[in-house]
Amino acid sequence: MSTVYIENRPHQMNEKQNLLEGCLSAGMNLPYFCWHPALGSVGACRQCAVKQFKDESDTHGRIVMACMTPAANGTRISIDDPEAVEFRRAVVEGLMLNHPHDCPVCDEGGECHLQDMTVMTGHAYRRATFEKRTFRNQYLGPFVNHEMNRCIQCYRCVRFYREYAGGGDLNAFSLRDIVYFGRERDGVLESEFAGNLVEVCPTGVFTDATHKRHYTRKWDLQFGPSVCIHCGLGCNTSVAERYGTVRRIVNRYHRAINGYFLCDRGRYGYEFVNSSQRIRQPRLRGRLVPAEAALGYLRLLAGGSVMGIGSPRASLESNFALRKLVGPEHFYAGIPSSEASVLALMLKILRTSTARTPTLHEIEEADALFILGEDVSNTAPRMALSARQSTRQQPMQGLERLHIPLWLDHPVREAVQNARGPLFVATPFATRLDGIATRAIRGAPDDLARLGFAVAHAINGSAPSEGVVDGTAEIAEALQRAHRPVVISGASLRNAALVQAAANIARARPGAALALIAPECNSLGLALLDAAPLEGALATHAETLIILENDLYRRAPEEVADKFLSRFHHIVVLDSLENATTRHAELLLPAATFAEGDGTFVSSEGRAQRALQAFVPPEAIAESWRWLGEWKSLDEAVAALAADIPALAAITSASPPASFREAGQKIPREPARYSGRTAKLAQISVHEPKPPDDPDTPLAFSMEGSPNQPPPAVTPFFWSPGWNSYQAINKFQEEIAGPLRGGDSGVRLFEPAARGNGYFPGAPRRFEPKPNEWLIVPIHHIFGSEELSRHAPGVAELAPQPYVALNPRDAEAFGAEVFCLGQRVRVRLAPEAPSGVVGVPADIPPFLGFDLPMRAEIRRAE
Amino acid sequence: METPLTQNIRPGQEPLDREAYERAGGYQALRTALKSMTPAALIDAVKNSNLRGRGGAGFSTGLKWSLVPKDAPHPRYLVANADEMEPGTFKDRLLLERDPHQFLEGMMLGSYATATDVAYIFLRGEYTQAAKTLTRAIAEAYAAGYLGKNILGASYSLEIHLHTSAGRYMCGEETGLLNALEGKRANPRTKPPYPGVSGLWGMPTTVNNVETLSCVPHIVNHGAEWFRKLSRTADGGTKLYGASGKVKQPGLWELPMGATAREVLDRAGGMREGVRLRGFLPGGASTDFMTEEHLDVPLDFTEPQKVGSRLGTGTMIILDDGTCPVGMVWNLEQFFARESCGWCTPCWSGLAWVERILRGMEEGKGQEGDLEKLTFQTKFFGPGHTFCALAPGAAEPLQSGLKYFHDDFERHIREKRCPWG
Repeated sequence: MSTVYIENRPHQMNEKQNLLEGCLSAGMNLPYFCWHPALGSVGACRQCAVKQFKDESDTHGRIVMACMTPAANGTRISIDDPEAVEFRRAVVEGLMLNHPHDCPVCDEGGECHLQDMTVMTGHAYRRATFEKRTFRNQYLGPFVNHEMNRCIQCYRCVRFYREYAGGGDLNAFSLRDIVYFGRERDGVLESEFAGNLVEVCPTGVFTDATHKRHYTRKWDLQFGPSVCIHCGLGCNTSVAERYGTVRRIVNRYHRAINGYFLCDRGRYGYEFVNSSQRIRQPRLRGRLVPAEAALGYLRLLAGGSVMGIGSPRASLESNFALRKLVGPEHFYAGIPSSEASVLALMLKILRTSTARTPTLHEIEEADALFILGEDVSNTAPRMALSARQSTRQQPMQGLERLHIPLWLDHPVREAVQNARGPLFVATPFATRLDGIATRAIRGAPDDLARLGFAVAHAINGSAPSEGVVDGTAEIAEALQRAHRPVVISGASLRNAALVQAAANIARARPGAALALIAPECNSLGLALLDAAPLEGALATHAETLIILENDLYRRAPEEVADKFLSRFHHIVVLDSLENATTRHAELLLPAATFAEGDGTFVSSEGRAQRALQAFVPPEAIAESWRWLGEWKSLDEAVAALAADIPALAAITSASPPASFREAGQKIPREPARYSGRTAKLAQISVHEPKPPDDPDTPLAFSMEGSPNQPPPAVTPFFWSPGWNSYQAINKFQEEIAGPLRGGDSGVRLFEPAARGNGYFPGAPRRFEPKPNEWLIVPIHHIFGSEELSRHAPGVAELAPQPYVALNPRDAEAFGAEVFCLGQRVRVRLAPEAPSGVVGVPADIPPFLGFDLPMRAEIRRAE
Repeated sequence: METPLTQNIRPGQEPLDREAYERAGGYQALRTALKSMTPAALIDAVKNSNLRGRGGAGFSTGLKWSLVPKDAPHPRYLVANADEMEPGTFKDRLLLERDPHQFLEGMMLGSYATATDVAYIFLRGEYTQAAKTLTRAIAEAYAAGYLGKNILGASYSLEIHLHTSAGRYMCGEETGLLNALEGKRANPRTKPPYPGVSGLWGMPTTVNNVETLSCVPHIVNHGAEWFRKLSRTADGGTKLYGASGKVKQPGLWELPMGATAREVLDRAGGMREGVRLRGFLPGGASTDFMTEEHLDVPLDFTEPQKVGSRLGTGTMIILDDGTCPVGMVWNLEQFFARESCGWCTPCWSGLAWVERILRGMEEGKGQEGDLEKLTFQTKFFGPGHTFCALAPGAAEPLQSGLKYFHDDFERHIREKRCPWG
């Protein structure tokens, strides 16, 4: 810590930060634009100017940029100095010369950093009289809207997009006061992190195009503290509702996980909640029935011979409720054994490995990465952004010698240039991280596992291996040399050997962290319930089948699912969207999504987190656990679950109970300026309705409640006096870019074991291509492979058309189209594909329900 | 009077090729340095010569060379800043087009002093003649063994590449230049770290002006003391002074450092018939106006500062009484506003505003309060407030114009027209 004097009063600051960060951490207001806590300082906007004095006797001082000045011990500055105040006012005046002042029609209005900073600096009167410059805007795809006239040239967009996220198609063009931030021509932004521009931009140049279609001001939104359900990472999100529909998702800062950024699937997948495919009322044999009648029928059926199929996308509580209702022996995980066995293996490793499971923040700070078998950009996208940052770690280690502080972004990048730390990507097909990889290695899944085993063996001779594999020495050496190496693998290829190999490496290299990616938002939670896989269900029988939030046609081939479902007298399905399985339901119950319901999910990291509802849906929609269980509240459900399943006992502390009160009051889901409380429903009744009760959480469906900062797990939105934009996050952190006050939320269920198990024995045999028996491997797509987000129109628009990926030599035998798995699809040439291996888009129609990878033939289509 | 820089240059004569340059004593300095001087000794000699950077900032060349840390990694770079884009400035052009080997020898010496492995010439794109001349001269130097591996049998090796700029004023700022050379936007870089520590491609880099480098062979040949004595002031050497504007003979003259504007004006044959001197920018567009009363101020790196200006590039732009001073300042600010890279707010916003106010005044749309706004802006984008020196440089002719020609500015507003229009 250092002591910095502001207006001659001492303040304790972190000497590794700059003065702007120090002042903001100390709770002071200092305006800024170009600095971003994750992007560092570049000194472009000049908005954070303060007066610096050499010593106590210096009365003259000089203007410096707080963001460019270290918070060094003994520094003396003044924020209130008249010259500094006037300078900051003039900066905003300059920024506003060309700004259209179109706040009333701007989507950013009311949560605009530019508005906030303009008010903060006191610039209120326009002295410039000339015409403003104008631009032509671009179409940037279904997610991001472009309005360049509002631009203030802070360069945050291109710095995030290009330098931080590695995108290439957004750039700064031209110069002086006409710098244009856009693409070379209209077109969909290529980066899967483009949606972050909406929050990175301090004004309304880049806004949420989905929000625009059902726009509501921030102050009129009701928020829920949620957890993203579109992959297994558990990024924290803030869900916003008005009039019963979800209007948008924004990032909810969690230092250990998502930090300041989300992926576009997580941000834009939400529109499935508003889909016309939503199931909103109980239906019995196709006819709407009242909830009570539906419940009565459910109880009747449950009293007989019954079995249940759970789901990796349903909450712990819902899976547990079904398990309890049908009995553990009749409860099956709704996933095939090929996946369930890998998840069980991952769970075993989490429980017994001496390696730590890293948070995304720790992956970001890793100085060597080995990704074994996962196309991270598509199976756990936010992790790819962390992996990208990790490649900067090793080159940055030399910068101390040059006296360049790490927050001084451009000098750091200029000194590092294109140097990158070790990142090895071993996957069957090309990935988006290949471009920054030290080496990208292609092979069939078993061959990649062999590589992993060989690397473990090269690091520690007692680890088993079968022969020499190309690339081994280089990877082993990089992992050994690193200070914070991380090995990443996962279940997406359903290959146990890959996961075993990753675990062996982590065992061979003490100190290495091991990240295992689970496919869905609660895959690991389901695995913790220890249910038999889907095949078990297929082999048994009961009068009644209850299916929880699971489309079996995505888990088994159509004919298998058809045959299975035809065997039951009664089928009860709980789900949120109509799908192939819901068509078979005798009793169909409307399940709440994350936006309308509460539940606990276990992420790949093994962190149990609670997603809490944003609003009460007007229809009979309820959490599946509420339909299936007898509990009156979430806390009761959680308590029952914790008591029944010792491995999950800790989840009670994933978020504060419903009885929690902040300063004696509930936590408001609505901002203090929420409007229309008395008018919203005036066409129905002029009497103000009582806000709905919330028996499940300490939050209220109201603007009334505690004005204090709530605990992070139940913080629905970030807003602070004078800080109306997302940048209000500064006011909620222990220090800038540090944890939220109250600590990282959620509860980690697994910590490294003191003494681990031995090595997994035996690498698989080398992959041998066989004539006309191709190994069909799934290729995951951020847009399209995940079930629910595919119902968001923007995501659907960006999903790929069906294809079969073949290497050109293998493709020679075929034409432009082939029959594969009974489907006629076009051939996509993939020069990197291993011979004998064929890729098809994972979980994208028509390739649904196949137990991939599998061997199958391909035929030429005439 | 000795004129080492231009001693081989005759009007109308072809540029010196390698043989002609060698006949005139060329490449002797390189031989001397490689044979008998350590890099440290060479740096000391240049330090003792009091050679100061001729690009305009006047930083001690020897000191700059010594800023590359001894244990700095390789490859190290040296960049000759030949992006001569300062309005009214054409001194480097003469040296490049007419005596390229003198400049190349200076580059080699600077490279040797800083243990540089690769050197670049960053040449203004419009200097197509210089590009041809340099291309040939570099090839000649390679052929003669002055460049490449083990130069003249010594252990020292050096590559020189010519890069022609795509053209922007900002590329002449030393760190904007480095970004441009790397193929990036020519935005300036944060300092520190200085290029000597982390420059081109993150490696130790020395950036010197063409005229500066051209002085170095003479320092090696004749010694630091000789070089110091060429000057009339503490700053060593001779200087290429120039004059443009309504003088009888615009041109360029090598005079002792510290020559006065009156001497330069004399060389230019005085003002044209019918016009009188009103003021002059002593060294390019980004220097403050001086006026008739300053004609006898020695033009070195110290004296003009005492009267509120600076030497700059030493090439004067002269304002006469038949030319509107507001129009001249507008012309200059138009240039600076256009050339702002768009990085820092005071520069891109302030210059655009200033340019529009001045245009308004020239077009008869001047308003009460314009002068206050202009004055405010010269402080707003003045020294210490911006990311680089472009805007503070742009403030200089404006702030001094407002001082010396205040009545003319006021007349524009009062009469709602340009009195010269």
